[in-house]
Amino acid sequence: MAAPPPVSIVVVRDLSKIYRQGDINVTALNSVSLDIAPGEFVVLMGPSGSGKSTLLHIIAGIDQPTSGSAKVQGIDIARLNQSQLADWRNQNVGFVFQSFNLIPVLTAAENVELPLLLTNLSRKERRLQTQTALELVGLADRGHHRPDQLSGGQQQRAAIARALVTDPALIVADEPTGNLDAKSAADVLEILQSLTRTAGKTVVMVTHDPKSAAYGSRSLHLEKGELVNDAK
Amino acid sequence: MALPLRYNVRNVLVRWRTTAFTVLGIAAVVTVFVLLRGMARGIERSSGNTGDPRNILVVRKGSQAESGSLVTRDQFRTLQYFEEIARNEKNEPVISAELVMIVSAPRRGAAGEANTLLRGVTPRGMELRPQVTLKEGRWFTPGKREVVVAQRLASRFAGFELGGTIKAGPDRLTVVGHFDAAGSAFDSEAWMDADECRSIFDRDMYSSILLRPRDEAALTNLVARIQADKRLSLRAEREVDYYAKQTMTAMPIKILAGILGVAMSIGAVFAAMNTMYASVAARTREVGTLRVLGFSRFAIVLSFLIEGTFLAMLGGLLGSLLAWSVYAVVLLRGINFGTMDFQSFAETVFQFRVTPDLMLLGVLFSAAIGFVGSLLPALRAAQLPVISALKSL
Repeated sequence: MAAPPPVSIVVVRDLSKIYRQGDINVTALNSVSLDIAPGEFVVLMGPSGSGKSTLLHIIAGIDQPTSGSAKVQGIDIARLNQSQLADWRNQNVGFVFQSFNLIPVLTAAENVELPLLLTNLSRKERRLQTQTALELVGLADRGHHRPDQLSGGQQQRAAIARALVTDPALIVADEPTGNLDAKSAADVLEILQSLTRTAGKTVVMVTHDPKSAAYGSRSLHLEKGELVNDAK
Repeated sequence: MALPLRYNVRNVLVRWRTTAFTVLGIAAVVTVFVLLRGMARGIERSSGNTGDPRNILVVRKGSQAESGSLVTRDQFRTLQYFEEIARNEKNEPVISAELVMIVSAPRRGAAGEANTLLRGVTPRGMELRPQVTLKEGRWFTPGKREVVVAQRLASRFAGFELGGTIKAGPDRLTVVGHFDAAGSAFDSEAWMDADECRSIFDRDMYSSILLRPRDEAALTNLVARIQADKRLSLRAEREVDYYAKQTMTAMPIKILAGILGVAMSIGAVFAAMNTMYASVAARTREVGTLRVLGFSRFAIVLSFLIEGTFLAMLGGLLGSLLAWSVYAVVLLRGINFGTMDFQSFAETVFQFRVTPDLMLLGVLFSAAIGFVGSLLPALRAAQLPVISALKSL
């Protein structure tokens, strides 16, 4: 008999992360537990050093916890090695960064296509998926432009298309509007919001900005590595 | 899966200002490397291109070169009657006893003196070397103090023009003709009548004997027979094999090419390494992003190795083309090069050659420089911690 689908897409239990800085141990996360359901738009807030980025990085599989577990779609990612994590990230998570992190020598379409190069898709299928992702973010006619030929907002939309192109269940965004003007920021947040509402994606976003946080369906507040508030 | 090649190509091109110097440096290394190899190739070709496989050259046992060999008249007489030797239409045995002497002559442009080989040759000896053809003037008259010099040699020595004279022992020889030896070792020689040559230098003996056996079976027999005859104490081998062994002349240039190649390639490896380290440093966040997207460490290493190798190959291609351009100029101007033959201490004239396979060797040499130079930077890029790489500006 098949197992029932997990209720939560992200399950975090007693998660701690301690960094060593010289002779001092710095606790970035202290026994954090939380569940995130599919389709939620979760906003992580808190002052600098509160541990929100660390939590995001662990959920996204680019950092490892010191103790506790972080399961995403039923997989305890703390148990995966570097190579398994790389594959897992490619197939399960889409990333959006504050500074867009597009490869400057590649066009927008080539940037969006990058994660697909690690899949078994044919060239034609890759091109089709890339075009679909660019259309979703309203950049269908800008695919052949290099990043330096696009505005900040357009670059971030290309980055969202890159995050979407492998059709991951989870999208993580680290201050995605930090480098954008108000109008572009609103465009980007609306796209992320619509992804949760229309495509059923789960978005976890770190932000400092309360206006950006308002787009989320749930807000988690961290302070000194601990979850202090969970508001829906 | 690896990153697309266009990613590497564009990264090299987009940073052209920083990579141009590395490309030019590697190009210079490859140019020198290909030119030196081309010189060695030219010398080898002139030796390897000499002789007829149907001929046997006989020298004294233990002699490595004709110039250091002595063959007595008795030995020549004995050989002359061996039935394996072919006969011409006049029923004479096709055998030539020759004398090879070294004479000193002034170089053109008052650049001091150099040795050159003077060969006393018989009419049979000329028949046995059909690749030598008269280009200017006439052949020497037997019994006269006349000499015919190789055209290529004439271009390097003063007094080798038609009507000029060459000092030979106590006498002077008049140049009456110029010959061409089709790029063979005879292009470094001057020829005169064999008897006249013996007379001038007061020599009772010959240096070598060139002969033509009746057929292949006779050739094999004759070589074995001469080698086995303890009374004769002579060494016989195919003329082509003898000249193929004379490629020792190319050795100093080959050694120089080797030493320079190693020394310069070490410098070029560091230049490539420096460029690639700078490239990795400038693209730290890019590497972090690629890792986050799922590209493995191996894919990152491979990508930087490809990029460094491609960069160096641009230099290699440029260097090979530069070397070829030098070759083209040399060809168009008909310039001949000379070096000393370390066996006869005489001037060897050659034309250096830059062939497609040498150019390919130059590009492969540059690829090796690029690969070695980018190995450490590539490994460093792959070892970058993902999170700190992402935070890099």
